[in-house]
Amino acid sequence: MTSAPALVGAPAAPAARPPEAGFAAFVRRARARGELVVQPRMGFGSPALMRAGLRATRDAEATTVGTLTLDSYTRVGDLAAARGAAADGSDLNGYPLVTAAAHDTRWMLGGLAGPDFPVQVRHGSAVPQDIFRALVRAGLDATEGGPVSYCLPYGRVPLSTSLSNWTDSCLILAPLREQGREPHLETFGGCMLGQLCPPSQLVAISVLEALFFTRLGVRSVSASYAQQTSPEQDREAVAALRRLCTELLPRDSVDWHIVIYAYMGVFPGTVGGARALLRSAAELATLTGAERLIVKTVVESRRIPTIAENADALELAARSAENVRGAAKALGARVDDAPTAAPATDADSQVYQEAAALVEAVLNLDADLGRALAHAFRCGYLDIPYCLHPDNAGRARSYLDTAGRLQWAELGSLPLRHLVRARSAAPVTSGELLTALGYVQRTFDSMADDDPAGGSHDATAQGEPR
Amino acid sequence: MRGVTTETPPGALPERTKPLVLISTVASDAHTWNLVFLQLLVEELGHPVVNLGPCVPEELLAQACREHRPDLLVMSSVNGHGFRDGLSAIRHLRAQPDLDPFPAAIGGKLSTSDSDDPERVRELVEAGFDAVFMDGSAAVSTFRRFLASVERPTGVHPPQHRQWTVPLSGKAAP
Ligand code: B12
Repeated sequence: MTSAPALVGAPAAPAARPPEAGFAAFVRRARARGELVVQPRMGFGSPALMRAGLRATRDAEATTVGTLTLDSYTRVGDLAAARGAAADGSDLNGYPLVTAAAHDTRWMLGGLAGPDFPVQVRHGSAVPQDIFRALVRAGLDATEGGPVSYCLPYGRVPLSTSLSNWTDSCLILAPLREQGREPHLETFGGCMLGQLCPPSQLVAISVLEALFFTRLGVRSVSASYAQQTSPEQDREAVAALRRLCTELLPRDSVDWHIVIYAYMGVFPGTVGGARALLRSAAELATLTGAERLIVKTVVESRRIPTIAENADALELAARSAENVRGAAKALGARVDDAPTAAPATDADSQVYQEAAALVEAVLNLDADLGRALAHAFRCGYLDIPYCLHPDNAGRARSYLDTAGRLQWAELGSLPLRHLVRARSAAPVTSGELLTALGYVQRTFDSMADDDPAGGSHDATAQGEPR
Repeated sequence: MRGVTTETPPGALPERTKPLVLISTVASDAHTWNLVFLQLLVEELGHPVVNLGPCVPEELLAQACREHRPDLLVMSSVNGHGFRDGLSAIRHLRAQPDLDPFPAAIGGKLSTSDSDDPERVRELVEAGFDAVFMDGSAAVSTFRRFLASVERPTGVHPPQHRQWTVPLSGKAAP
């Protein structure tokens, strides 16, 4: 770990009013109008496609922010391969921001990215310094990730290295404030492997990453939570996330909001199923008062979506949010309107208690949050089910109960024994794993009455491997 | 995953009765559920497995092949870079003078479009893959048959230990 004194305590900067430009300011204004901000996961290798994609995002019938998703070569720092693929015309699965010619990137963003249409860079790197420098050079100031969430699920970089890389990266971003810009950093901790992690641990990691960012001087953050398997449990989780952020993030110097990810695991294969799942993500965001939602498209289970498919998803999500809001208001139900509003869900839910216990246990390990996180994984206070990374203890296991809630089957050393009675888990078979991974896909596909999205589809996950 | 990896009793040199399968992905691919699934499947069919985890650089793959002398290499990629990276990885392996040719297969979502391009499949085979499993409903059952057809091992180079001998993080092996 780089010794970063800033990690020990929050730099008690004077309570400055957050600037009116920038990513978070846009989200704040939308919130004041009662609108949910929706955002794609879009990334193309070619500057022309990327520009067209951003334009379509901006012009969609919805309150949108833009996304620049980077390709996997750039993510792992294989810049030669990123250059090679761009040169020989191979399809890249995202925009190669670090190696792209500066004038291409400037042209791509020109006249689009700005205060009325902020663009966020999404990457997935445990070595993000070059990416942070490149986005700053490109005039951008919003990105996402985290020392844990972009390490354990994303490759082979040791956690301690990722922690020090992310420390350096926050220190690249934070000083932008001195130039009158407000850099924004979103945690990816609410997603981790995308599926089969009980929500309490997603909430805990998301909160801890938000704290990590703010202790390094980033004062505009968002905390993520990815939709899981049970709407009720998800609502508890978002309420828990909001409560923990309220309790732990410095009240006067940090501006934060909550972002929901539409389901990040194996997606339904039918158009109807995929749309229903996205609608339920919009419902989750609306009922929990989340400020922003990142969507998925109807072709998620099979391939990278086109621009039109992305725009469709944005509009569907915005309409659904509007409908849910209208219906809830008509019924006199409480929709959490402002970050300060009391959550409509039981504040002391099981998810909150577990998440709070995890966060507290980690914070008590070391005054330096980076060291605390490294230590937490070493001793199994945090432990991601099915994560292959050697810095993950790999002893905790999850299961889906009959109500569709994600529960702990094995706790390993997670400090939750006083809250959870884990049932001892038999080793999982390949068929059982696919059944669990396919739960959401099956649930939503069975509600749909149409053909698989765009013709030939192969269910990624079904009960028995064929 | 450590919890499900075949364990060798301490001290015992494992008799290789079934072909040893090395599971890997390409250098840029972070997805692991596919690897966990394949490991479980192959182990259930009775094979010892070494799973290299995500984002495997070519040099690490070659080193793992030297160390474990697998009877079969199974590569899986779903991030859309599988064609390009898989091609490069198998060329690298086949160019190693000290690695005798052994069967290798690749499968998953190999490109960013959802159509199989027969031309690119041929390229992979010409470069040294013995089988290419394009994503589809038949992929896993065809793969099971393929696995059953893989020759019995020669058993000349039994591995010392099979559990995460190739460190996932690139750190020194324990
Ligand atoms: C979960 C997930 C993630 C998680 C992964 C966590 C982890 N550590 O595994 C996270 C969120 C981190 C992630 C990240 C990314 N992902 Co992703 N991800 C998925 C998702 C939603 C589910 C995959 C899954 O878990 N499947 C379950 C496993 C068991 O099944 P499977 O992998 O599909 O494999 C099946 C078959 O393909 C087959 N199979 C696979 N390999 C092999 C090999 C052989 C030999 C055989 C016979 C069969 C076989 O067997 C399996 C069972 O049927 C899919 C979309 C979907 N399916 O809904 C996208 C998807 C695979 N991801 C995709 C992409 C592009 C990415 C990113 C690059 C981000 C981006 N640009 O969007 C990054 C990857 C970064 C990197 N360096 O690689 C794309 C790939 C597109 C393509 N191929 O064209 C998909 C299809 C989403 C999409 N529509 O854009 N992802």
